[in-house]
Amino acid sequence: MASLRKGLSRTRQSFFGRIAQALGATEINDDTWDDVEELLIQADVGVPTTMQLIGQMQGRVRREGITRSDQLIEALKDELRGLLKAPTPLNLSGRVLSVVLVAGVNGSGKTTSIGKMAYRMKLNNRRVMIAAGDTFRAAAIDQLKLWGERADVPVIAGMPNSDPAAVVYDAVSAAHARKMEVLIVDTAGRLHSNFNLMAELVKVRDVLRKVVPDAPHETLLVLDGTTGQNALTQAKKFQEAIDITGVVVTKLDSTAKGGMLFAIQQELDLPIHYIGIGESIYDLVFFNPATFVDSLFENGNEE
Amino acid sequence: MFESLSDRLQNVFDQLSRKGKLTETDVDTALREVRLALLEADVNLKVAKDFIRRVKERAIGVEVQKSLKPSQQVIKIVHEELIDTLGAPGRLNLDGPTPRVIMLVGLQGSGKTTTAAKLALSLRQDGRRPWLVAGDTYRPAAVDQLVTLAKQLNLPYYEEGTEASPPDICERGLQAAKEAGATVVLLDTAGRLQIDDDMMHELQAIRDRTKPADILLVADAMTGQEAVRIADGFNQQVGLTGLILTKVDGDARGGAAISMREVTGVPIKYMGIGEKLDALELFHPDRLASRILGMGDMLTLIERAEQAFDEREAEELQRKLLKNQFTLEDFLKQLQQIKRLGSIGQILDMLPGMGRLRQQVDIDNESAQAQLKKVEAIIYSMTPAERRNPKRLNASRKRRVAAGSGTTVQDINVLLKQFREMQRMMKMVGRGQMPKIPGMFR
Repeated sequence: MASLRKGLSRTRQSFFGRIAQALGATEINDDTWDDVEELLIQADVGVPTTMQLIGQMQGRVRREGITRSDQLIEALKDELRGLLKAPTPLNLSGRVLSVVLVAGVNGSGKTTSIGKMAYRMKLNNRRVMIAAGDTFRAAAIDQLKLWGERADVPVIAGMPNSDPAAVVYDAVSAAHARKMEVLIVDTAGRLHSNFNLMAELVKVRDVLRKVVPDAPHETLLVLDGTTGQNALTQAKKFQEAIDITGVVVTKLDSTAKGGMLFAIQQELDLPIHYIGIGESIYDLVFFNPATFVDSLFENGNEE
Repeated sequence: MFESLSDRLQNVFDQLSRKGKLTETDVDTALREVRLALLEADVNLKVAKDFIRRVKERAIGVEVQKSLKPSQQVIKIVHEELIDTLGAPGRLNLDGPTPRVIMLVGLQGSGKTTTAAKLALSLRQDGRRPWLVAGDTYRPAAVDQLVTLAKQLNLPYYEEGTEASPPDICERGLQAAKEAGATVVLLDTAGRLQIDDDMMHELQAIRDRTKPADILLVADAMTGQEAVRIADGFNQQVGLTGLILTKVDGDARGGAAISMREVTGVPIKYMGIGEKLDALELFHPDRLASRILGMGDMLTLIERAEQAFDEREAEELQRKLLKNQFTLEDFLKQLQQIKRLGSIGQILDMLPGMGRLRQQVDIDNESAQAQLKKVEAIIYSMTPAERRNPKRLNASRKRRVAAGSGTTVQDINVLLKQFREMQRMMKMVGRGQMPKIPGMFR
């Protein structure tokens, strides 16, 4: 928890710190709403979600007779919490082998997140294996193998530039044979607007099903926390192609505010499972909406 | 998806609909829409505000040109101001004593290593002798990545694993490159957050010991409001000379580019436009400006078409069209290629002015896709001979095709009629006449 606070404290100071300042103990007027709007926009919450939030808050102010700006903070917290859903645990038990497919655009942090996830599962005494499905990017296999060593988890890899579907087929067969409980499948980064690469991803998914018919049991999209409005488009396009079941948001230890998180839950109703808050193997934490919103508002002095 | 700015302004001015000078009210109304378009494109809020102020000063009292509608006049001003703001493409500082050092910096995952290789390739094509130096000792296998790319391109490189400190590696790399006669040395550095003081000090140390001619921030075109703080942070602490925008081949609006350009004042020098190592090009402010405003992106559509279409097939098709040998088989191939471009809705989004049309006719994506499927099924149910010569389809054959494709004889007649119409049009195009296309999007 301390690491989450530490990671989020910058986010908090730069965004909600200022909102608290802006919403000092003054009467609510047009400027107040402008301040709220600006702060939400600057947090990458996006225009539609911001407008909706402001509409809801204005309704509350009328209904509940809120007159002072500082009382708005509580209302805003409430509304923000209302937009986030508590994620269900990853659907990774109750069967012989569970498969997690991980996808995302280039540089979003898939490989790093997989290393951290594998480590977490390993700590929980799960038998975990990783499939090196990124055969395209130079040295992606080496990168994943190093994470495998750190997490003490076997990595099944093919040759660079080989067919990812073939590698994944081998890996899922190996996971089966070696009685693994969880197989995490890495894939090459791809822009959601590239038809051929999205078709390749569908093929990878379909190959998994040849060995494990109901796989993948989780299909996670890794999103860069510093991404703006395109994050929503990414999520939509990946969902169309391979039925995303959840999201991992990375790089939230930056000053980026993670506002796209609200928009994504709002529009796509996808659970956010983990957030990445640093480069070490421990820096992946469960996403908890209440804690997330609360820690955003805490008057922290961790810095 | 985003509604284009031109569509929005059109809607606003439909209500005002006057000619003559742009009044303050006109401009204010229009600029509210411009502001939203900029924010949706991820332009930083403060940057957007400044921009709007400049456009307002420029726009009030401007005579609406005879050939333009008021909305078009405003768009013209916004577009021009945007191009001015984005600035002329910058060039690398390559004049002076060699080797010239170019240092690449940026956040994790922005594309520094790939860009270093792309840039080296492009410099070699210009007749220079580039060297790559692997200065990222933090990310697992980052050194391997750079070395793999260098070997692929047959470029000289310097690396010493991950034990030494990056400033030492960079300094020694520069020395080695110099002795080997390199004229440009590209330093790849580890991704870092601009708020990580230790890591920023490391960049300063590399800078002070290698004296780069260029320090380029490599930034993801999909970056949100954060772009300002990233660019400002790097600029304040290491002093940038330029920007490289990556992943521009995606569909992000790329408003972050304006924010970063505004806050640093340094020019955008290159754009990364694909995964291939030659996919780096000089920055085009006009293209990016149109895209930020959502004014249609024909170039993206063309690029995507080029990706999806097989060049030889296209040439073959063209030959057939000109000779009027276009058959149902070719028609089927064409349909399949169009499907690879994306959904009908997506394609319309990329065409300038189509957003409005799309609203008016309310093109239903699913039914359009279903229609395509039906046509495919019908053609698949024909024999090759029937596909080449649809006149062979008599009543009994049509019943067979209908049964085979799960459609009706009527559906088949409609398709054949459309096909004949298409052949007729092709004939006209072949003779150099422009056909009218009535109700193309019914």
